[in-house]
Amino acid sequence: MSNAILEVRERTTKKNVILEVGELTTKWVTRFKEDICAVDHVSLKVEEGKSLGIAGESGCGKSTLALSLMGYYFPPLHYMSGEITIAGRNISRMDPDEVRKSILGKEIAYIPQSAMNALNPTQKIIHFIEDVLQAHDLYVTKKDIYERARTLFETLGLPAEVLQKYPVELSGGMKQRTVIAVSVLLLPQVLIADEPSSALDVTSQKMVIKMLRQLMEVGFISSLIFITHELPLLYNVTDDIMVMYAGQIVEKGTAKQVVFDPFHPYAKGLMGSIIVPEQGQRDVKLTAIPGVPPNLKNPPTGCRFAERCKYVWPECRTHSIDLREIGGGRAYRCIFSEEQLREFYKNG
Amino acid sequence: MADEKKLCLSTSGLTKVFGFGRQKTVAVDHVDIHFYEGEVASIVGESGSGKTTLAKMLLGLINPTEGEVYFQGKKRDISSQKKKKEYWKNIQAIFQDPYSSYNIFRNIDTVLLDCIHMRGGRHLPHAKKVEMMAEACGFVNLKFEELTRKYPFELSGGQMQRLMIARVFLLKPKILLADEPTSMIDACSRATILEMLMQLRKEIGMTVIFITHDIGLAYYVSDTVHIMEHGKFVESGSADEVILHPKEAYTQRLISDVPKIYEEWDLSTV
Repeated sequence: MSNAILEVRERTTKKNVILEVGELTTKWVTRFKEDICAVDHVSLKVEEGKSLGIAGESGCGKSTLALSLMGYYFPPLHYMSGEITIAGRNISRMDPDEVRKSILGKEIAYIPQSAMNALNPTQKIIHFIEDVLQAHDLYVTKKDIYERARTLFETLGLPAEVLQKYPVELSGGMKQRTVIAVSVLLLPQVLIADEPSSALDVTSQKMVIKMLRQLMEVGFISSLIFITHELPLLYNVTDDIMVMYAGQIVEKGTAKQVVFDPFHPYAKGLMGSIIVPEQGQRDVKLTAIPGVPPNLKNPPTGCRFAERCKYVWPECRTHSIDLREIGGGRAYRCIFSEEQLREFYKNG
Repeated sequence: MADEKKLCLSTSGLTKVFGFGRQKTVAVDHVDIHFYEGEVASIVGESGSGKTTLAKMLLGLINPTEGEVYFQGKKRDISSQKKKKEYWKNIQAIFQDPYSSYNIFRNIDTVLLDCIHMRGGRHLPHAKKVEMMAEACGFVNLKFEELTRKYPFELSGGQMQRLMIARVFLLKPKILLADEPTSMIDACSRATILEMLMQLRKEIGMTVIFITHDIGLAYYVSDTVHIMEHGKFVESGSADEVILHPKEAYTQRLISDVPKIYEEWDLSTV
């Protein structure tokens, strides 16, 4: 262990699939025994060295998807169907306690929303790191732990003095970067970052983003899943973007395709709400999506977006619509063809 | 905009100091700022730059350590509760967190009725009041019939924020101070809220002061932009001038830190 301080994983040139999720469906059970299907037949694939972004409005199931694909099925979250394969290991039917022990942190690490506020104010950062290692049965000497943490922090451009400080002594941006550094302590394959920069100002946000990129470059993690509702950020961080609506994937493609040429009317609406401080952006008219997302307790039978869609047809409400794969990893969930949708958008 | 811009709200040497001795923090440092009638002005700064403290002083919620606020050319007088209430007829605010902006014991009807009463509509017949409330709710795409007798916690964040705008619609103030009105709301409802605010501004011709850290948003909505750093204004000017051609190093850095879509976003500068 002591010699294996930060063994950086060899990056293979072969495009290995690190995480594969097939038709995953999970539900929350409320205390009135109602089922809420927050992740509905979601399939995704994350290749080595690639990053995936998940976008969507609040309550669309982004965070539930993150919990589900880690196999973190503690009530009220329940597994229903589908497969999760991480680095060749199927974890979909594994006992959640076993998942916690052998998967979390080692294979897949998760930074929940506002993780930085969860640091124990009475303990130094180094103590927190000791806890993490001990929880994974890595009984090593304190000196080793300190060495390991120091190397990690220095590689990531964080001052080593942070280790001896209490969380209250750190700024918001520094706390968030510390949390990220600790999350990769056991060199996970996949890192899931859920809104890691939403409470930070632009400069700290940029530092966090730079650090996430660095993690991939250095090889501490193989792939990154980035969850946010801020699209300009997502566009700059990830290779692929997936748009979720009411528990389903409605659009999938590379960042460029999804941002500049979305097919699904909801994705189109989302992209129309982007504001960036660039030349000519003042005259762009923002598109607002009217209405609210459906209640997932009893989702509509047809297209879930039908109620809010400008281009709705009677068939949309009665037929359930499948995700349409159109090659090159691109997919969307709409009754219309690409040409029809392009025509709609051209005519406004 | 007309050549003769009428001054609406201005400050001279406005200062707020928190603490004393070694713990002294100067949150707002001798600020002279002018807001003209009918314009949309943004105050942009990072967290801790004193934006909200300035806003609270402009609203009269906290007393400045030093300096004065002038409303329509005259020195503002909020020495008594009555005068304060009179002042608040002219200046209203929308805050960042809609969940903490309402009194949880009062239902939506009373929230809106208060606004009508504040505008001197206490004597109106009830039917007329209901009509006014329904109109205000209709303006922000809410249905009054669905809201009546509900309590604020029964609404979603976006609905609450829209109800806040409905209040402003009823009150018709001269100035609206919006302190991060969309930061707790996700991107697609943000567009709706912004659209409503802008429409409302057109309708009643008020001055809007936007306080935000979102530079994209400031650029999109405002005529003038003021950049704030450590309690001082470092750069002011029209939105195009400040955001697209910033002169100060601080502004340049701030703008380079915002994720871009059409231009390359340079990560190496951090």
